[in-house]
Amino acid sequence: MSDERRKGEILRAMIGILRHRGPDDVGFYDDGRAALAHARLSIIDLGGGHQPMCNENGSLWITFNGEIFNYTELRESLIRSGHRFTTRSDTEVILHDYEQKGPDCVNDFNGQWAFAIWDQRRGELFLSRDRLGIRPLFYTADSRRFIFASEIKAILTCPDVRRELDLEALDQLFTFWHSLVPRTMFRNICELPPGHCMTVARERTRVWQYWRPAYPEHFDEIQERDCAERLLELLVDATRLRLRADVPVGAYLSGGLDSAVTTAVVRRFTNTPLRSFSVTFDHSEFDESAYQREVSQFLHTDHQSICCSGRDIGRVFPDAVWFTEKPVIRTAPAPLYVLSGLVREHGYKVVLTGEGADEILGGYDIFKEAKIRRFWGAEPASKRRPLILRKLYPYLQNVQAQPDAYLSAFFRVNPDDLKNPFFSHLPRWNLTSRLKSLFSEETKAALRGYDACDELRHQLPEEFSRWHPFCQAQYLETVYLLPGYILSSQGDRMAMGHSVEGRFPFLDYRVAEFASSIPPRLKMKGLNEKYILKQAAGSLVPASVRQRPKQPYRAPDAASFFVEGGWQPDYVRELLSERRLRESGIFHPGAVRKLVKKAEEGQVIGVKDNMAVVGVLSTQLVHEQFIRRFGRIDGNASN
Amino acid sequence: MATHPTENEVRQFVVENFLYGQDDGAIQRDSSFVDNGVIDSTGVLELVAFLEKTYGIKVEDGEITPDNLDSISRVARYIEQKRASRVGGSCAG
Repeated sequence: MSDERRKGEILRAMIGILRHRGPDDVGFYDDGRAALAHARLSIIDLGGGHQPMCNENGSLWITFNGEIFNYTELRESLIRSGHRFTTRSDTEVILHDYEQKGPDCVNDFNGQWAFAIWDQRRGELFLSRDRLGIRPLFYTADSRRFIFASEIKAILTCPDVRRELDLEALDQLFTFWHSLVPRTMFRNICELPPGHCMTVARERTRVWQYWRPAYPEHFDEIQERDCAERLLELLVDATRLRLRADVPVGAYLSGGLDSAVTTAVVRRFTNTPLRSFSVTFDHSEFDESAYQREVSQFLHTDHQSICCSGRDIGRVFPDAVWFTEKPVIRTAPAPLYVLSGLVREHGYKVVLTGEGADEILGGYDIFKEAKIRRFWGAEPASKRRPLILRKLYPYLQNVQAQPDAYLSAFFRVNPDDLKNPFFSHLPRWNLTSRLKSLFSEETKAALRGYDACDELRHQLPEEFSRWHPFCQAQYLETVYLLPGYILSSQGDRMAMGHSVEGRFPFLDYRVAEFASSIPPRLKMKGLNEKYILKQAAGSLVPASVRQRPKQPYRAPDAASFFVEGGWQPDYVRELLSERRLRESGIFHPGAVRKLVKKAEEGQVIGVKDNMAVVGVLSTQLVHEQFIRRFGRIDGNASN
Repeated sequence: MATHPTENEVRQFVVENFLYGQDDGAIQRDSSFVDNGVIDSTGVLELVAFLEKTYGIKVEDGEITPDNLDSISRVARYIEQKRASRVGGSCAG
């Protein structure tokens, strides 16, 4: 077979394995030096947006995944500068703006993107990823070639790319819940970090950061009312832009404040009829359907929901891991995969969600927990201060049942920790790190001397230490967990698994930048999280939703694989068997046997054990689907 | 020094149940379960259930404290006190 023909087949295989991201159209470009492929999910300019797309003289070629929401305004301005357009697509706007400004064009874009532009004349490839890492972009390179794709599986499709786990990345994941960019779970395969661009030419490769969250060292005085008004104004505009589509746009309703606000903004400020979607659980500990119904009725949406049982999670979990391409330590992505299936069944391919509000406006418990621990750390002898901890997790029965003496012991603040840049995240990371005791002797030996926190410490910006502790915690959540887990494993990958695109008004960079300038005291007033958002939302959302305690989205974990009554998918027994554990070599078979026995007896009730079951199983699934073999396994087969 | 049989039983439970059988020698008889990350908030409740079932004692809410339960030796001492109280009527904790 000729090299050309072989290359064509590889390109077709690469795009073939990504057709879930773009089932509507496929296109190729190859000039002998560079080859591009594109699978299209048609949303804007349904007839005219075929890709790869070129400029007027064919010197620039682009393949682009995502949306530039302000393309209309940019198009008008480019036309005024003399550019001529042949389509109505946002893709063409990127090309012309790149012609005009080169790599700096990305500063003009308000959107979510991963794209590559091949500049034929200069022999240079320019790649870029949106500011907050909504759309994914991976690559691998050696001295002969550079390969990139939206998902790693396309790169692994290339016959001579080695499929090998990066154990240090695994150590990171079993600390932070994700690997640290540019690492992925696979050796020699990198992720272009959020807010970064890259050029690749024969002589050299250059990667640079064009944007990151930044917080003032001193906050300007701002009136609460002005702040709330400005926030709402920005959210309205961010949502307006995100309704731009030539197909109907739906909305996720979780039952919480953030999705209620985005949906309310759509309802209040546009005339668009609106369909909303939710996932419910048959277990009351996780279910929020009463709030979802209330928001839906309040906002008059046409609401659809789907109930996800533990058995459903067990069934779809291999698919979820196939799309996340990394282990997960909670099953939370799986119900979102089921939910995107519901969206697609109803003929929708775009949904708005409230993602991002917890990071930029301080909604997560971790911010509250850190605030209390710091408050206590300032007065370590206090007997009363640690008792506030009980207010932290009203939805966690185990914490509520905890005697005071123990509650204090678990959250005790070591005075040295107060100076630690990771103070806010130490309890979470320490707890997750305990799962590494399940690693095999070989894995432990390979990781001896490696410290994931050290690697992270070296990535922190110089001014990090001068930021307010609340902002330090926000930075860690926004720059790391958000793209590394929330937007990828729970977001893009679960939605795109069913060819659905998520859009996130809170992650409009203008909203994010404004949120960074809001003083922490207005984000969390006392222990009232996202206070300023509640003020901004006012009567747009039901009072009960504004006033309810924050309930993080969670799903049944270990119980999904060890269902009462003995049902169990075949892959669970197989991948947790001693033979398979020895084969992958990652975990200690004896230790996993004890964990499995505990699970079979229904004794896995604590957070650590639940994370252990999900972490081990998903790692084994990654090994099975990407290393040992290469392909999806069926989660439906069961005893 | 010979270890007390109760300490051995408690150690075995802790290693099997919280460390998945991986006793790398880090847990000495006086090592704090909390400081060493052996036990999490649910673990305390699991430990209490184990003690009640194995030793036929009733662990009162006020007795669930690190002073009584945060190391192998403390647990063993607590059990002995409880047993003695059944015989002699004194209180632990």
